[in-house]
Amino acid sequence: MNSTKNDNNSLPMGEMSGGQRGNLYNYILGIADNSLILAQRLGELCGHGPNLETDIALTNISLDLLGQTRSYYQYAAKVEGAGKSEDDIAFLRLEREYKNILLVEQPNTHFGYVMARQFLFDIYHLMMMKELQKSKDETLRAVANKGIKEVSYHKRFSSDWIKRLGDGTEESHGKMQEAIDDLWRYTNEMFQMTAADTEMAEAGIGVDVSKFKEAYYKEVSEVLKEATLTVPESKYFAKGGKEGIHTEHMGYILADLQYMQKTFPNMTW
Amino acid sequence: MSEKEIKNLEEIFEARIARDEKIEPKDWMPEKYRKTHIRQMSQHAHSEIVGMLPEGNWITRAPSLRRKAALLAKVQDEAGHGLYLYSACETLGITRDELYEQLHTGKAKYSSIFNYPTVTWADMGAIGWLVDGAAIINQVPLCNTSFGPYARAMVRVCKEESFHQRQGFEIMLTLSKGSEEQIAMAQDALNRWWWPSLMMLGPTDAESVHTEQSMKWKLKRKSNDELRQQFIDQTVPQADLLGLTVPDPDLKFNEATGHYDFGEIDWDEFWQVVKGHGPCNKERMNARVNAWDNGEWVRDAAMAHAEKKEKKKLKKVS
Ligand SMILES: [Fe+2]
Ligand SMILES: [Fe+2]
Ligand SMILES: [Fe+2]
Repeated sequence: MNSTKNDNNSLPMGEMSGGQRGNLYNYILGIADNSLILAQRLGELCGHGPNLETDIALTNISLDLLGQTRSYYQYAAKVEGAGKSEDDIAFLRLEREYKNILLVEQPNTHFGYVMARQFLFDIYHLMMMKELQKSKDETLRAVANKGIKEVSYHKRFSSDWIKRLGDGTEESHGKMQEAIDDLWRYTNEMFQMTAADTEMAEAGIGVDVSKFKEAYYKEVSEVLKEATLTVPESKYFAKGGKEGIHTEHMGYILADLQYMQKTFPNMTW
Repeated sequence: MSEKEIKNLEEIFEARIARDEKIEPKDWMPEKYRKTHIRQMSQHAHSEIVGMLPEGNWITRAPSLRRKAALLAKVQDEAGHGLYLYSACETLGITRDELYEQLHTGKAKYSSIFNYPTVTWADMGAIGWLVDGAAIINQVPLCNTSFGPYARAMVRVCKEESFHQRQGFEIMLTLSKGSEEQIAMAQDALNRWWWPSLMMLGPTDAESVHTEQSMKWKLKRKSNDELRQQFIDQTVPQADLLGLTVPDPDLKFNEATGHYDFGEIDWDEFWQVVKGHGPCNKERMNARVNAWDNGEWVRDAAMAHAEKKEKKKLKKVS
């Protein structure tokens, strides 16, 4: 990389201090792990959807997220400069080192949960991506530019389903409300800033997600109302994912995810 | 219509097929043609979607991100194949719900190969290489079949199946160049999938029903035994390339015929699986029935919501 300073470009990696690199690495993982774990959850559903069309659509979302994950990890590996591959980062960390929010690791209890989880994430994800398009980091900007279309589609898809299920039958209304109520406590964590988040936001590389908390709840509430659902009022929220303290589901997700790499280390597949 | 009139129509119909014209859903067709096509196309559609299950079993455990994405995309392709084929079938005046009903009650069949378990990652390679490979041999001739919607669906499907086949072979190739464990895994997968893949091409000609009529309608252009020979001739050199051993001590190239001679297929096993007693018949059917039953409230809600929306629109107009 050349060393000319340009406002639209990130600090050339060579000019970053070790601490900055570490923060950027952690920042990227914070975004990427959400996509990985959600893609993994959606992957469990492939072949088991309520009909072929939704099966195909959910697989698409999973594939989009996985594609984004790979771009992030490839970049993270470069930033870290320790010779790791995207797979080393994806598969060979301890549970405490995964930084995804708790929401994305929640199980596919029923289709209402799948859609609620997706919807609550998508609204946030699109807001984050839009901001990331303005990052001073060229690579992150490129990932966001590519991902924005995908994430807009995810949001439209999940919002439509929230409306369909919320304002469908009595049964579907009840199931959708149950899922929203249950997953609500995982929403607030999205807007908490880790040390790496703060540092990267200050450097103009990362997104200050705390800024759009209000807009998030406003948009979510609008869709829920249109879906004839009640916006939960609970003020008790769960946290910990960003610091690597996960729910009990996470260990099982990783048992599957890491199975091959742990059983057969150092091989090419 | 009098019997004579029907006879006349039938003659015109058969002549059209003989001239290689395509039959379209709105055209007159003999009842037997319609029924046979519904049976074969739905069986094919069911195979695509049941076929998602054995490979779907490895999505969460794929060994790399690249392989995970490729496997997801492959299984998704199979869902797409199911979708085109069900749609083609629906043009013959049967609903998707009725077709599912036939699958779920065991009235309709699907390819028996999917009743075998996927026990290692190498099975993802073996299935792509052998199972998609055998499917292509079965399906390429159908790109010219007489029923238009089926023929067009097959053109699309075959393109994707050959991509799957190459992808599967590439998984096997990577394993066969890998560690001792990986080579053993690949050989074990070949051992388990070889014979069921040969069985995929159907019972031996002596025991095969429906063939003559199907030939006339271009639903079948070569006999099962011919297709099987073609598959073996094509696949054995590929196994050699991988450095793997085909699990058949009688397999030998015959200089005189230019084909491989091969050992006896265990038809008892074939019929056992066809009749529902294979290693995973129950699991596959349960998975399909559960997906359908658990999705009922979702489908009902979508319908109810669409109706509500329609009513609102009408209110606005009036
Ligand atoms: Fe297929
Ligand atoms: Fe097929
Ligand atoms: Fe295929």
